[in-house]
Amino acid sequence: MSANLLAIFYLISGILFVLALRGLSSPETSRRGNLFGILGMIIAITVTFLSIGNFSTGFIYVLIFLLVGATIGAFIAYKIPMTAMPELVAGFHSLVGLAAVFVAISAFLNPLAFNLGSPGDIKVSSLIEMSIGAAVGAITFSGSIIAFLKLRGIMSGSPITFKGQHYINLLLGISIIVLIFYLCRTQSDSIFWRIIEISFLLGLLLIIPIGGADMPVVISMLNSYSGWAAAGIGFTLENTALIITGALVGSSGAILSYIMCKGMNRSFVSVILGGFGTTNSSIDKNQNKKPVKSGNAEDAAFLMKNASSVIIVPGYGMAVAQAQHVVREMADNLKKNGVKVSYAVHPVAGRMPGHMNVLLAEANVPYDEVFEQENINNDFANTDVAFVIGANDVTNPVAKTDPKSPIYGMPILDVEKSKSVLFVKRSLSPGYAGIDNELFYRDNTLMLFADAKKMTEEIVKNLG
Amino acid sequence: MEIDPFIFRLSIFVLSIFIGYYVVWSVTPSLHTPLMSVTNAISSVIIVGAIIAGLSGNIESIFNTSNIFGFLAIFLAAINIFGGFLVTQRMLQMYKKKKKNK
Repeated sequence: MSANLLAIFYLISGILFVLALRGLSSPETSRRGNLFGILGMIIAITVTFLSIGNFSTGFIYVLIFLLVGATIGAFIAYKIPMTAMPELVAGFHSLVGLAAVFVAISAFLNPLAFNLGSPGDIKVSSLIEMSIGAAVGAITFSGSIIAFLKLRGIMSGSPITFKGQHYINLLLGISIIVLIFYLCRTQSDSIFWRIIEISFLLGLLLIIPIGGADMPVVISMLNSYSGWAAAGIGFTLENTALIITGALVGSSGAILSYIMCKGMNRSFVSVILGGFGTTNSSIDKNQNKKPVKSGNAEDAAFLMKNASSVIIVPGYGMAVAQAQHVVREMADNLKKNGVKVSYAVHPVAGRMPGHMNVLLAEANVPYDEVFEQENINNDFANTDVAFVIGANDVTNPVAKTDPKSPIYGMPILDVEKSKSVLFVKRSLSPGYAGIDNELFYRDNTLMLFADAKKMTEEIVKNLG
Repeated sequence: MEIDPFIFRLSIFVLSIFIGYYVVWSVTPSLHTPLMSVTNAISSVIIVGAIIAGLSGNIESIFNTSNIFGFLAIFLAAINIFGGFLVTQRMLQMYKKKKKNK
């Protein structure tokens, strides 16, 4: 196959990948979009095999590794519970990163196969491209591993900070650039390995200080990095499909990071520098002395049954308790009683972009009952009951009233405007931001102290 | 004066960032998780580089270091491709509309 024809096929798969993302503009077109993506991948892989046309030597091994990987991937995809989606996505990012590193290493060791020159005499532009690809890939890999461990609960979700860590990161970043410069001058193997090692270290150090509730930003950021790594390799291999895809994925992750940061009213830099919530541990405790009204499932069921409209506000707590199915059951029950039920999802609810939507979809909640913040926030004023389950900081009115609060300016769901608020929570403990939620002490708030799932089950029973 | 092919690739890259920018803003927020899993799957198109690396050996040395890294990259990327697309498909199947007769 001629190089030109090959390039055209890669362009076609690039276009199919664009269509795959385009399909996600609505749930109806999304499934077809995914098929476009699969088709694009099949074309890219097939033409690569045909272009090499060397089916004798390594072919069988290539096929074996491909099939083993495919089997494992398919197995994971079918077995993984929806609640584990954030750590799965983080895990997948780490694989893309590591694959980029490995391809860069292969290209460095055997540049002839990629038409990049000969060992020890690789084109300077290729060296720069492959070391950027390898460095970004290595950062993505080790960073995603940390994100995975934190999301999985193997590693504590609280931020780990130490003095001077930003300077160390800066120093590591600069040394990578300096080493790339020296690599171009010396073509030395050992410098290439150092670049990869330092990048692994930098990835670890970058993610360690970032805490659990900032994970939506981290995951999107790593998503973006995996794209830039792929693009770097794409330039090395002079492969259009890889360049197009890398650019798409890179900008997609960057946009998601931006949306997540906006959802928290935090700058990207402050998230990356990490350590949120640790400095604000000394909150005035006298607030806790205020009276709190607490109720039981019976009260909650009574309130909701007699309401004409209920808005359910899910958060990470619902995911942890796996309460999404019983929440839907409760909603069905209410709907039978003529109550209008809708769901309000905050952009940063949960641990990754769209986390709540996936869980609600899994529980068979129709997607047209689930609303984004800007589309539902005005409805709270005309709503009888807001049912907050597992969310906390995203409902805290202090974000609008107290300029000293660390979450000041964060766009919140205006649950306090509804006639009454039911707040399912284990205790009065503050949320991730480490601040007290003023909502707990409002007259129209009824606290339901229990596990999210158990409480909702009780409410369903009481609804009869 | 001839234009370096690198500039053409750079043009493709920059234009693709713009395409990505506009396409991703049109993605509905409720599908942000599938967006991440599908971008994951498509970025594994890096497998084409891995295949080239894996097949680059000759009969005497199929297992030199370069090939082995190629094989490993194929393995990792294949997990991602199949896992990514299938889990996306599985998620997207769950997004259903309200039944009309209700």
